[in-house]
Amino acid sequence: MQKTFSVSELITVFVLAVIAIFVVPCLNSMVPQTSFFYISDFAINLWGKYLCYAILAMTVDLLWGYTGLLSLGQRLYFALGGYMMGMYLMRMIGSLGQYHMPIPDFLVFLGWTRLPTFWKPFDSFPFALLMMVLLPGFLSLVFGFLAFRSRIRGVYFSILTQALTYAACLLFFRNNILMGGNNGFTDFKFMLGHDTRTASTQRGLYIASAFFLLIVYLGFKWLTGTKLGKVQRAIRDSENRVLFSGYAAANFKLFIFVVAGVVAGLAGALYVPQVGIINPGEMATDQSLEAVVWVAVGGRGTLIGPIIGAVFVNVIKSWATRAYPDYWPIILGGMFLLVVLFLPGGLVGLFGHCVNLVKHSTKKPDLTAEINAEVEAEPAAPVAAAATATGTHNPSE
Amino acid sequence: MSAAAKPSILAAEGVNKTFDGFKAINDLNFSMDEGELRTVIGPNGAGKTTFLDLITGRTKPDVGTIRFGSEGVDLIRKSEYEIYRLGIGRKFQTPTVYTDHTVFENLLLSLEGSRGVFATLFSRVTPAQRDRIREILQTIGLSAKEDVKAGSLAHGQKQWLEIGMLLAQNARLLLVDEPAAGMTDEETAKTGELLLSLVGKHSIIVIEHDMVFVRQIATKVTVLHQGHVLCEGTVDQVQSDERVIEVYLGRSKKH
Repeated sequence: MQKTFSVSELITVFVLAVIAIFVVPCLNSMVPQTSFFYISDFAINLWGKYLCYAILAMTVDLLWGYTGLLSLGQRLYFALGGYMMGMYLMRMIGSLGQYHMPIPDFLVFLGWTRLPTFWKPFDSFPFALLMMVLLPGFLSLVFGFLAFRSRIRGVYFSILTQALTYAACLLFFRNNILMGGNNGFTDFKFMLGHDTRTASTQRGLYIASAFFLLIVYLGFKWLTGTKLGKVQRAIRDSENRVLFSGYAAANFKLFIFVVAGVVAGLAGALYVPQVGIINPGEMATDQSLEAVVWVAVGGRGTLIGPIIGAVFVNVIKSWATRAYPDYWPIILGGMFLLVVLFLPGGLVGLFGHCVNLVKHSTKKPDLTAEINAEVEAEPAAPVAAAATATGTHNPSE
Repeated sequence: MSAAAKPSILAAEGVNKTFDGFKAINDLNFSMDEGELRTVIGPNGAGKTTFLDLITGRTKPDVGTIRFGSEGVDLIRKSEYEIYRLGIGRKFQTPTVYTDHTVFENLLLSLEGSRGVFATLFSRVTPAQRDRIREILQTIGLSAKEDVKAGSLAHGQKQWLEIGMLLAQNARLLLVDEPAAGMTDEETAKTGELLLSLVGKHSIIVIEHDMVFVRQIATKVTVLHQGHVLCEGTVDQVQSDERVIEVYLGRSKKH
């Protein structure tokens, strides 16, 4: 049995977390703008967005890389979380909108004079927060229950997730559901009493995103290390065997699917005040596909891969959509093809491959010694395993 | 049945199963005793694998009953995982192990114990479980491979691991589908020894084509033909049975 965290990994995570959560915001707020180390407000805002994408990518990977469920609809849960946050932010505009009415502008435009009943509770942030968790959680629970109970697997599952996303997208385009229609929600002004248009609020949102990413990373790390995590990967590798070992695989898939939905929803909720808009375009099918590309490029089946992939692809996207806007879809498709054909392990796999190459080229003379060590180590293996066992699992538990 | 004194572990009565008009199982009656090792042979398409599918709930019969254990639990009303929880374990024709997990983890996941979503979230490996896994590793001869990923095992070793996984499940009835397929002679012999060492502690149904292997392990053989039990008896009895010869030779003439 392996320990959940190795020391070197803990140190790496700690260092990266300190940089993302403390150092970067300080370089934004405390360093003079002329300094080389200064990070602009624009960059902070951009990175806050990337980190939300990274969390979304982790949920895609939890499903695809760890459970073998390729969901092409994670962006739906992300957008739903975002919409719930958006409703709260719309209420916080108060009477400062274009029409100076106490209800959101688009409702005035549609001829409403009073606030629709279902909008009323969104004046309260705790209620909105609850809905950010409950709505994506409930939808993924219902959809997952129906899909997994009917034993929908593989490509059929993927197609269904995409169809659901498309249906939701079309629904949100309609004005008569009173969710802003085509234009969605925008023109946000206040969040929890802070002006969302100021640098300090944006910095706070960036820190919240970085902190949430850390929590999700540690949480997923723990989850995938438990026996449930082992069952999860067992389902990916041989679902029949799992069934025949007496596990109700559908329940495990459902649990993971709901966790992924809720986390994606919260990431979306953090994303919306940072980009300042949420509309149905956010749940368009190509958006969900992009999230799959991030995971493939970063390296699926690892926790760090989706983070790297989401940031890497989006940094390129930010540059390409300005420099060569017409070619971006081709660049994205090309990246995906390249990874599928030549880098099945993604960037993380490439890195591991390079490390191995370096190790081999430097260690060649010691090859026989290595083999000897391996042979010697074999009889001792149970002892070593027992030692780690007492280290990780207290027998008195 | 002849051995009325011994409790029966499995009893199928009047079982029929039709796939698109093809009678895969035709009025099948089958019974075996607790602790028995039974070998089922038959030409291709005789319904051997379908029979295992029916026992394990993978498909449901059109008519008939399949009862398990002295309690006579009706398997037809149970779902797959419920059937496995009753104590029936199945080894597939191609080795089906968790390739990305170590040999130890493969056995751990099969071990009796927590099966629920939230129970597995907080379960820990106990020293008793560890001992049990070591014991099984000894039985299947994979002690040295404990921390090796199952995906990198040799074909025969994967087969043994899968048998070990059924033992870990503490299955009362093991269903073993063509264990010797693709094995070297040496591996086949070792597999035979392994199965024989389990007789008495577990009831075992082995489906097999390789007659040398059948001769090594079999005490009692059931011959299936066109979804029906053609005859039962010792290896010598069935091999000299005229109907059996006709079925096998008759088929080979067509080729």
